[in-house]
Amino acid sequence: MSLIKVTIDNIEVEVEAGTTILNAARQIGGSVVPPAMCYYSKLEGSGGYCRTCLVKVAQGSAKDPRPMPKLVPSCRTTVQDGMVVQNITSPEVMENRRAITEFLLINHPLDCPVCDQAGECHLQDLSYAHGLDETQTVEERRTFEPIDIGDKIKLNMNRCILCYRCVKVADQITDHRVHGVLGRGDHSEISTHILKAIDNDFSGNMIDVCPVGALTDKTFRFKSRVWFTKPFDAHRECPTCSGKTAIWMKGEEILRVTGRKDKYGEVEEFICNDCRFNHKEIKDWIVEGPRTIERHSVISQNHYQK
Amino acid sequence: MAKQILLNNIEVPGLAGFEVYRRLGGYSAVEKALKNFTPDQVTEEVKKSGLKGRGGAGFPAGMKWGFIDKKNETRYFVCNYDESEPGTFKDRFLGQMNPHLLIEGMILGSYALGARSSYIYIRGELFYVLKILEKAIDEAYLNGFLGENIKGSGYSLDLYVHPGAGAYICGEETALLESLEGKRGNPRIKPPFPAIVGLYGCPTVVNNVETIAALPWIMNNGGEAYAAIGIGNSKGTKLISACGHINKPGVYEIELGLPVEEFIYSDEYCGGIRNGNKLKAVVAGGSSVPILPAHLILKTAKGEPRLMSYESLAEGGFETGTMLGSGGFIVMDDTTCIVKNLLTFSRFYHHESCGQCSPCREGTGWIEKILTRIENGQGTMKDIDLLVNIARHVEGNTICPLGDAAAWPVASAIRHFREEFEEHVKLQRCPLSK
Repeated sequence: MSLIKVTIDNIEVEVEAGTTILNAARQIGGSVVPPAMCYYSKLEGSGGYCRTCLVKVAQGSAKDPRPMPKLVPSCRTTVQDGMVVQNITSPEVMENRRAITEFLLINHPLDCPVCDQAGECHLQDLSYAHGLDETQTVEERRTFEPIDIGDKIKLNMNRCILCYRCVKVADQITDHRVHGVLGRGDHSEISTHILKAIDNDFSGNMIDVCPVGALTDKTFRFKSRVWFTKPFDAHRECPTCSGKTAIWMKGEEILRVTGRKDKYGEVEEFICNDCRFNHKEIKDWIVEGPRTIERHSVISQNHYQK
Repeated sequence: MAKQILLNNIEVPGLAGFEVYRRLGGYSAVEKALKNFTPDQVTEEVKKSGLKGRGGAGFPAGMKWGFIDKKNETRYFVCNYDESEPGTFKDRFLGQMNPHLLIEGMILGSYALGARSSYIYIRGELFYVLKILEKAIDEAYLNGFLGENIKGSGYSLDLYVHPGAGAYICGEETALLESLEGKRGNPRIKPPFPAIVGLYGCPTVVNNVETIAALPWIMNNGGEAYAAIGIGNSKGTKLISACGHINKPGVYEIELGLPVEEFIYSDEYCGGIRNGNKLKAVVAGGSSVPILPAHLILKTAKGEPRLMSYESLAEGGFETGTMLGSGGFIVMDDTTCIVKNLLTFSRFYHHESCGQCSPCREGTGWIEKILTRIENGQGTMKDIDLLVNIARHVEGNTICPLGDAAAWPVASAIRHFREEFEEHVKLQRCPLSK
């Protein structure tokens, strides 16, 4: 396949045709990668909703050098040969990213001190990087009661940013989806028709793909702050999935089991519920060694070095 | 009497029935097209006519048809009857009074695009119009204008009416297609555009009711005759649904290029402002287009008379101009509180936002909350600038144009009527409420 040239923040990179701007930026890496709250490379059709990855296309392509009139979602826009993209070098992009961060936060409860996701939360990272120091809102936030959306999964809708990742997980890696988005606008919610209806071998992956603390693991809930637990790569013979997981330990105890996440918070492989929820004994696992967390977040601190 | 194309026979009793419509020359355009024209020649006529999409965006209809991917055998033609913009009620009237005109237009469009199944997606609240349309479609089938081998031409077409469930967002063409497929009415991320990937993944053209209703006349009289009507690039006639503080609210057909002043004050149209009051502001093209104060709607910033046309209304950009939009002409006299009016619009957009992308989902709700505070006398000066900022960050950053539609009224109301917002803050109440 022929490679095409694209320039992002003055850095030139050659990528395959059909690559999105976001993935081209990820090939460069570092600070030019736009944040992505809803895009998930392993889920088809994801992205385009949160608008945090909007970038400016200063030159459409070598053939047609006109700039694009509006900011474009980098996760959904494919690169053209000779395209020039501005991300952190464009004040307009940064200003909009600040505004989008604010939009995502105006109805968010900011209950990080009691949220299990704190420390590995993408919204937390986003607001550290792009948020305002003070809120501009005096309005009441919209609220929902937390519900058990499945036997082992807690849904706290107040924290949800409607990224649709969990909906796509259910569509694409389980045999049928029983939850979805009900209602519309800022009062829309992720829910099921029947309480605790999500019961599927792979439903736990909803927790891994959730960028915020909306979907949390009930077997880990309130056990520990994530940064006090130590991650290890581990695997087991599993008839359902690859069995390759990350186990999070405190002392001798396994507090939770998750997929192995890369620096963008995406799992390398989806794992089954049996591995995730039912194997919390060290004898269940073959431990490979400490896991380095590449993500720049609280979670990556305080761990063993490889 | 001005040129009448769409409302020509509207007052003839029984026009909604096949007999009367046929007697008045109805379906002759279909006969002519199927007998003497290839599909491409029909498209060519529409291109020549310069007909623009009447749903609001004003995109040239012939050009839109030209984008359709002809490599794919299955293609669809869809009528967007999800008219729900506050202030716009032209399609409701047209389809209710003259359903066969729409059906005839649907056949022409479907023939030009090579569609075998076509759909009219109608707003859920217009269920009585759906009944009228279904009856008319049955009549068209009975008389051989729909179904297998129409009038021996070898062309077959099935036409269906599908009601929505009452969501404004389903008037956005990709959300409409999602809804038509039986899914949640969320707009799709574009590209790909419907002309390439539309209904059920096939190339699709979605047109507004009024656009489609203009096709029979164009077919009968030729594209050039249509292009001779109107002014500049604004060809033909346009239905305007006039409402608000005027003496004669209603649906009017105007030749594009009519001076706005004549439209508001002449007895043929709106008949002036009620009770002899002073004109304060006009929203010229449905609630989402920028509001203009009296002096800017009657004359452009350059002092030329403002005309009812795509170009003239847009003269001056958004600083001093607006848009023709869907033709929802809302007139306000000097008893109107602009803040309250804006609050009503913003409440609508908040209610109708689909919630898919964050700027619109969160921004529309926030705007409504701030406006509620200002109108109730609890606003601050900072809130006014905050509103401008929110509108600026919603606009252009969303998946579909609903974000823009929600942001433009806010930005324009504050641009032209800032003192009124400030007065609300200073007085801690609405200056116009008793």
